[in-house]
Amino acid sequence: MADLSIEFCGVKSPNPFWLASAPPTNTGAQIKRAFDAGWGGAVWKTLGNPIINTSSRFGAVNYGSTRMMGLNNIELITDRPLEVNLREMEDVKKHYADHVVVASLMVDTKEEWHEIVKKVQDAGADMLELNFGCPHGMCERGMGSAVGAEPEVLKTIVGWVMEVAKVPVIIKLTPNVGDITVPALAALEAGADAVSLINTVKSIVGVDLDRMIPYPVVGDASSNGGYCGPAVKPIALHMLGQVARVFPKPISGIGGISNWRDAAEFMVLGATSVQVCTAVMHYGYRIVEDMIEGLNDFLDDKGMASAMDLVGKAVPQYKEWGQLDMNYHVVADIDPAKCIGCQLCVVSCMDGSHQCIHIPGMDDDEKKRRGHVVFPTDVPDIAATAEGAKAGARVPWVHEEECVGCNLCQLVCPVEGTISMREKRKAPESISWNERVMNGTDVVPGGLDATRKARGLDAE
Amino acid sequence: MSGFPELPDGRLEQKLADKAPLFTHGEAVTEANRCIYCADAPCVEACPTGIDIPTFIHKIATDNVRGSARTIFAQNLLGASCAQVCPVEVLCAGSCVYETWGRQAIQIGRLQRYATTAGLEKDPALLSRNAKPKTGKKVACIGAGPASLAAAGQLALDGHSVTIFEKRDVPGGLNTTGVAPYKLFAEGALREVEFILGLGDITLETGAEIDDAAAKKLLDDYDAVFVGIGLGPDSMLGFEGEGVVGATALIERLKLDASLTLEGVETALVVGGGNTAVDIAHELALLGVPHVSMIYRKTEAVMTGYAHEMATARKDGVRLIEHRSPLAIEREGEKLVGLRTQCMDGEGEEVFAGDMVIMAVGQSRLTGLARAFDGVALDDKGRVVVDEATCRTGHAKVYAGGDCVNGGKEVVNAAQHGKLAAAAISASFGAQ
Ligand SMILES: Cc1cc2nc3c(=O)[nH]c(=O)nc-3n(C[C@H](O)[C@H](O)[C@H](O)COP(=O)(O)OP(=O)(O)OC[C@H]3O[C@@H](n4cnc5c(N)ncnc54)[C@H](O)[C@@H]3O)c2cc1C
Ligand SMILES: Cc1cc2nc3c(=O)[nH]c(=O)nc-3n(C[C@H](O)[C@H](O)[C@H](O)COP(=O)(O)O)c2cc1C
Ligand code: SF4
Ligand code: SF4
Ligand code: SF4
Repeated sequence: MADLSIEFCGVKSPNPFWLASAPPTNTGAQIKRAFDAGWGGAVWKTLGNPIINTSSRFGAVNYGSTRMMGLNNIELITDRPLEVNLREMEDVKKHYADHVVVASLMVDTKEEWHEIVKKVQDAGADMLELNFGCPHGMCERGMGSAVGAEPEVLKTIVGWVMEVAKVPVIIKLTPNVGDITVPALAALEAGADAVSLINTVKSIVGVDLDRMIPYPVVGDASSNGGYCGPAVKPIALHMLGQVARVFPKPISGIGGISNWRDAAEFMVLGATSVQVCTAVMHYGYRIVEDMIEGLNDFLDDKGMASAMDLVGKAVPQYKEWGQLDMNYHVVADIDPAKCIGCQLCVVSCMDGSHQCIHIPGMDDDEKKRRGHVVFPTDVPDIAATAEGAKAGARVPWVHEEECVGCNLCQLVCPVEGTISMREKRKAPESISWNERVMNGTDVVPGGLDATRKARGLDAE
Repeated sequence: MSGFPELPDGRLEQKLADKAPLFTHGEAVTEANRCIYCADAPCVEACPTGIDIPTFIHKIATDNVRGSARTIFAQNLLGASCAQVCPVEVLCAGSCVYETWGRQAIQIGRLQRYATTAGLEKDPALLSRNAKPKTGKKVACIGAGPASLAAAGQLALDGHSVTIFEKRDVPGGLNTTGVAPYKLFAEGALREVEFILGLGDITLETGAEIDDAAAKKLLDDYDAVFVGIGLGPDSMLGFEGEGVVGATALIERLKLDASLTLEGVETALVVGGGNTAVDIAHELALLGVPHVSMIYRKTEAVMTGYAHEMATARKDGVRLIEHRSPLAIEREGEKLVGLRTQCMDGEGEEVFAGDMVIMAVGQSRLTGLARAFDGVALDDKGRVVVDEATCRTGHAKVYAGGDCVNGGKEVVNAAQHGKLAAAAISASFGAQ
């Protein structure tokens, strides 16, 4: 049994699993149920000045048979009175002293910031999270992502908060910026204790083509919203990795986390805690049981005693493209005992890659008609022997010399484990593009000027 | 191996194919992702042991396969065999929302088989690692069938010492000797017995039939006794002689006895309309007996054999003859040549030619043994009377479950009884 507890800015949490500031943390009663289910912490639905929310407010992207692969919302901050939230926060902390309660805040003026910070501290909040990320509605009022995208404004507001903050302050970052490290470093400079990311990505999820109104429909119009859920996980992981390389303080990872494996991935890319919204909105608080159990087993497998050991483990391996080994090479291998003969790999390689997967039994004319440009003479005719294969189905054959090792066929193959990528190095020694540029073997993509600069031939 | 005999090669069951083979990882994940992860799921309600099906399936999808196995075993220690032998069509999968929605139900049984197999493969000590410390309490289980195994496993995890007395040479009860091989081979059943024996301090004594005197003595040596003796030999309705066999006796031989051969059997007549009748008919057809007929005295609409089992048996060549009730064996000299029947849908008799008659009209009761304990009562059908919630009999230290209590249901019902009894026994120890 590994120790799942973490320490985030000196605050202990029974596990790294927190609820993100969103509908699942709307009320004290919800948060208590979530803690009972096993969540280690909760970031309260953002508190601020009174607002009202629209109806409807969510839209989704369904992909294939998967519903809500991505979720979009135009909801603002809490629509419940501040005093009610504060009372409930105090009550939650009274009953769940060991769990982490983070107050998410978003107000406008310096006075308002001072006042609300003091109020939530009095209510017992363990930490503050400044919502500089909401990409709809609030930013039009000069708050939310309008702050996150302006480093100077961000620093000013963080400064105000730090004047009165007695508990650690987390800055929640918006992904709707060109370079995520800019607001992260601005927050650091202004004295923030941590960052969390990502908030939602500006989005329109679709359009009602009969009424010509984007989703979600509000009367006879709509507005852009914020995108989240499994669809944004890759974006979040990238931004997390970028921040982790330069930000020396704790990071809370958010965006598309649905299970223990997602959580582990965020942690190894630099997150100390992870926050979840969409997966809970879809399936309920109950998902945390699998997250706790799965992470525990995973840590045991890796011989790690504590969840903290995971934090940042993959960051050093996240490199710039120019640092990658150009002599590393893989080729596709197809297992005739598993292939069902659907030929999806063939079409994907023909039209989407390098025309190097062949169907056995074709003469050169046929191959030419199909679009092959290289004509190997010795395509072996192998029968598909998998139970699920149609009688007589042939296993496609990878022309290894032509295979660029892109992974595409493996990605499209419907039968897991049928196509594997076998290592076949170009040369034993490693060499990166940057090194080749330095050696004079290559030019920097983008031109001669950049190349000369990289080789140090031109002064800046 | 824990001392029970290796099964000989050349048994007829080895000629049959697994009906629902183990999913590969990819197949399991794909199927798991189809599950909606319902809240208050109807499939859970339909499981007699109440396995949290959406959760175990969700954990397959998240690659938390040990967690998935834990979720299953938490409610049902025989989750592995149940995955293969449960009639899911009328239990969990039959109530899956997909089914009522007109789509293919989630293949819960196959997913459960995957999770229990893969989970234990990854960590054989998945459950035993968390067994409670020894309590010094001793429990005896009579019979090594599903009911006793479920009880023994849980009692061992609770820290008690268990001794199982089994009259046969092989443990596992009907899971080993009775269940259709295309669902579960005897080997698979024995593997599960080993898993149970590995959960804690459990001693298995085979070839140890408990009679009335031995039963009474158990009360002196043990703190509690669990009776899981199942049902007795096949009812033969008075038919006997060469060529006449009982269904469960025949199934036991084709699963365990390498000397059994069906060579020369051209036509088999199976008397009965229950699941045992459908099973043996189906097995004989699959084993290559050219003509297999079930002779049933009522109609298909009211027969107790499951419609889905009858449908697949038919596909494999089994014929169902309705409205015929057996009267007498027809013989030429010693040799069995047919079965004379009474027509139930009109006047007269009809003779069916055949060279083997298999009686599948029920099993006798063994429950006389239970009466050896003071206070234990039987109902008018010879079933041991127990309290529903605890499986406790009229004797405070004697519990019973499985077929000897319910008159013959499924493995999963026996598993539930074993679980309830173990919980009650552990609670009774705690209360002392
Ligand atoms: C042919 C057949 C097919 C079946 N197929 C299925 C199926 O596909 N799916 C399903 O869920 N259920 C099936 N069942 C039902 C299922 O097998 C039983 O419900 C289940 O095995 C009952 O478990 P049990 O432990 O109560 O009894 P049993 O499995 O009968 O085990 C009782 C054990 O006690 C032993 N014993 C009896 N008396 C004594 C004694 N005095 N001393 C020591 N030991 C003793 C016996 O030898 C036996 O091993 C089938 C039953 C039959 C007959
Ligand atoms: C309906 C909805 C409302 C949200 N409200 C807030 C909010 O009030 N404050 C905030 O900081 N983030 C809010 N978020 C963003 C989430 O906290 C989270 O950053 C985002 O959803 C990404 O995580 P996920 O992919 O797990 O959903 C909201 C998200 C949703 C879907
Ligand atoms: S989820 Fe609940 S609140 Fe939302 S639309 Fe449906 S019923 Fe209404
Ligand atoms: S290797 Fe995969 S994608 Fe290619 S034909 Fe076989 S099953 Fe289809
Ligand atoms: S009812 Fe069907 S879909 Fe719903 S949880 Fe159960 S198996 Fe999954």
